[in-house]
Amino acid sequence: MKYFNLIWSSLWRKKTRAWLTLLSLICAFLLFGLLQALSVFFTAGADFVGASRLVVQSRVSFTESLPIRMLPEIEAMPGVKAVSHDQWFGGVWGENEQLFVFANDPERLRITYPEWKMSDAEWAAFKNTRTGVIAGRKAAEARGWKVGQKLPIKSNIFPKKDGSMAWEFDLVGIFDGIDESWQAQTLGLYINREYFAEANQFGSGFAGVFNVVLDDPQQANAVAQAIDAKFLNSPNETKTQSEKDFNKGFFAQIGDIGLIVSLILVAVFFTILILTGNTMAQAVRERIPELAVLKTLGFSNGTVTALVLIEALVLCAIGAIVGMLLASFAITGLAENVPQFFGSVRTNATVWFQAFLAMIGLALAVGLPPALKAGRVKIVDALAGR
Amino acid sequence: MTDTLISVKNVVKHYTRGKQRVEVLHNLSLDIPKGDFVALMGPSGSGKTTLLNLIGGLDQPTSGEITIGGKRIDGMNSGQLANWRASNVGFVFQFYNLLPVLTAERNVELPLLLTKMGGSERLKRANVALEIVGLKDRARHKPKELSGGQEQRVAIARALVSDPELLVCDEPTGDLDRKTADEILTLLQRLNREYGKTIVMVTHDPKAAEYAKRTVHLDKGTLQAQAA
Ligand SMILES: Nc1ncnc2c1ncn2[C@@H]1O[C@H](COP(=O)(O)OP(=O)(O)O)[C@@H](O)[C@H]1O
Ligand SMILES: [Mg+2]
Repeated sequence: MKYFNLIWSSLWRKKTRAWLTLLSLICAFLLFGLLQALSVFFTAGADFVGASRLVVQSRVSFTESLPIRMLPEIEAMPGVKAVSHDQWFGGVWGENEQLFVFANDPERLRITYPEWKMSDAEWAAFKNTRTGVIAGRKAAEARGWKVGQKLPIKSNIFPKKDGSMAWEFDLVGIFDGIDESWQAQTLGLYINREYFAEANQFGSGFAGVFNVVLDDPQQANAVAQAIDAKFLNSPNETKTQSEKDFNKGFFAQIGDIGLIVSLILVAVFFTILILTGNTMAQAVRERIPELAVLKTLGFSNGTVTALVLIEALVLCAIGAIVGMLLASFAITGLAENVPQFFGSVRTNATVWFQAFLAMIGLALAVGLPPALKAGRVKIVDALAGR
Repeated sequence: MTDTLISVKNVVKHYTRGKQRVEVLHNLSLDIPKGDFVALMGPSGSGKTTLLNLIGGLDQPTSGEITIGGKRIDGMNSGQLANWRASNVGFVFQFYNLLPVLTAERNVELPLLLTKMGGSERLKRANVALEIVGLKDRARHKPKELSGGQEQRVAIARALVSDPELLVCDEPTGDLDRKTADEILTLLQRLNREYGKTIVMVTHDPKAAEYAKRTVHLDKGTLQAQAA
């Protein structure tokens, strides 16, 4: 690119100004990378799950447990292949590290969640060890857990019969996901529901939410409606959703991530647009006599327009690349240090592609008006300072 | 008989300022042969710059014909004119008009960017042009590290680098002291004599005009009787 030297030199015409503009662009794209990565994670997290499974929760809230006696009733309904139940245990590791612990039935879990992969021996150990716990690979790796060790886990909800919140479980298995997206979700733990039901102070009658595997995914909607209809006007009215929607509802606690992210990004890019746009416009305005000189030497209107536009593009591209690289480093750091939450957050290809589009859009928005103005400069007027 | 390089025939140039139409050049005709060095003199506002811009293909006449080296340039569109300027005319201005962000050699290289020449060839030629104007040792200096006279030499090198037949200079010594002006004028004279460049130079300094082969006087948009 023979014009590179010319473009590059023009870019750095005022060093301080160029650095400030570049820094603000880098900040914008750093923020973009961080927020988009989170946003992609949350929206994609729900997409992992097919509609072959339904989740039945209390109509009031998923924090309200449904009774275990509903299990055989749901199991008996047409179109239902298998049912398991998840009771949120609310585990705390160490001082205050939140774990995702659920009480489930080992055999039912294995049938309803074929996505979890573990050896037959480990499944058997889970079934046969009352105080057994199995952990997702990522949850285990993050804390260096090994099968055979005891895991002291506090519950912030359930006291034991003796009133103590301090539970202890035997790690009997570590499960992985069957594919990449399920592997990314191996952040949770399962304890044995039978032991939990006996040992906790509140009794054995509740089951949490029910996971329902269907004979035919096409029937998801019909079965969901049938379940909710069956328990309508009972003391335990239900809300049955696809697993995907249930997960979305779960994360909605954190707020509408997508909307928040979009609003922040709109604000950031609007500011950057005005700032950079103004800088570019000013840089071109003070350079009009020089642009006229280039035209005098035989540079065409189109070439002059292109030079200014490419200058804006180079500036935005540097800002985007540096900002996104910083975001990647920051996220990798987060994922390593806080894996239970950020474990599978990544600045992946989707995020980079979005950043690329944002960069092109920004460059056009800030570069095109001054570039067109540069192309229209009239030589004789500009030379005479008119 | 000498070849005519520049032929200006019945040229009229209007400007419209608001609703008012100002006629700057009135039916002006002028022939300049190849290899000539013409000083164009006249009071301020007489239309010297306007005429020079027309000859250099920076602007277009309202009516009349301008032929340079056998080619009609009135009526060319702006793209055609840009191409034509790139290979046929070199410009030198009163205030040098170098790009402040580029070194001397990169400034001189600019016109060559429009050719198909490779990078090393371009820089070689730029340095040859700088050598001709006596500034080879300042190739890596930025304009603000040069004196006015040196800046004007760089500008002349830039005008020379694509080897055009015609140089147009608008008050090239207007911003320089006497001694430096004499050096620049001597350089222009040498370019005319040794390299055969045809030069049209606007000036209002009679001393500067002495370096030219002849002087043409312009007054209120009309040419006065020419001295031989
Ligand atoms: N683009 C323009 N628009 C309006 N008036 C112009 C323009 N260019 C030149 N003029 C007018 O034309 C006259 C001649 O200008 P110019 O050729 O620059 O004179 P000189 O170079 O001899 O001083 C002046 O009165 C000037 O104001
Ligand atoms: Mg003038």
